[in-house]
Amino acid sequence: MRRVFPILVILTGILLSYALYMALVGAPTEQTMGNVQRIFYYHVPSAWTAFILFFINFGASIYYLIKRAPAADIVALVSAEVGVVFCTIVLVTGPIWARPVWGIWWTWDMRLTSTLVLWLIYVSYLFLRRFSASGQTPLLAAALAVFGALCVPFVYFSIWFFRTQHPQPVMGGGGSIDPRMLHVLLLNWLAFSCFAFLVCWSRYRLEKLQRDVDEAHALRSLMGEERVGGSNQPRKDIPRSA
Amino acid sequence: MRANPYLFAAYAATWIIHIVYLGTIVQRYARLKREIDDLKK
Repeated sequence: MRRVFPILVILTGILLSYALYMALVGAPTEQTMGNVQRIFYYHVPSAWTAFILFFINFGASIYYLIKRAPAADIVALVSAEVGVVFCTIVLVTGPIWARPVWGIWWTWDMRLTSTLVLWLIYVSYLFLRRFSASGQTPLLAAALAVFGALCVPFVYFSIWFFRTQHPQPVMGGGGSIDPRMLHVLLLNWLAFSCFAFLVCWSRYRLEKLQRDVDEAHALRSLMGEERVGGSNQPRKDIPRSA
Repeated sequence: MRANPYLFAAYAATWIIHIVYLGTIVQRYARLKREIDDLKK
């Protein structure tokens, strides 16, 4: 596995570079928006990758609630963390695209607001994981993750059910897209998915290692206490029996 | 392709966010390595 990882890093780097080239040069220029439309090739794949990661978080959380498997808990944590990173990119690139096209940075329409709420739910999930010291934290977090995952389809389909400023979805929506643009979009999605997978992999290893170290620390302090408690010297604070 | 400041800003922001996050992972790895070295002593 250790040999595979650097090879995958190199391949993903090449794929990301090629996808960037195609997004900036290879894809045709959109007639109405011009070059600013190329933000689409980073904005949409980031959103899709975030949604997939949140669904992985959902699956892992359900599995944890049923089986109490620590590995599932780690997968849930890692997918939520990387998902929040991708969702942050969506929330940053969206307004940068909206400003020249809509003339405003932000509007409180259903798609934008629900994406912000989704981001806040997963940020609160990460805060819960980070700052709660209770033994029930993974359980509480898993319950919150189930609630958060329910918001994902709502965010995606919000543009079907409500009148919003946001355009229709590329997949499953009423709009059409140039096949060359679709090709570049899917290429970028593949590149970002590979990148997300590698980041999740390293983050998983880090989290597992961190838990092993925490366990070793706990064991060490327990052994230290036992050494003091199990000493052969008579304790002076306890009176000898008559 | 003509340079567009919004396009540049969006792409730059994307990679800055990714690089900052990767930086935090590397930092956590380094801290963990120090902890492991302390445990070995």
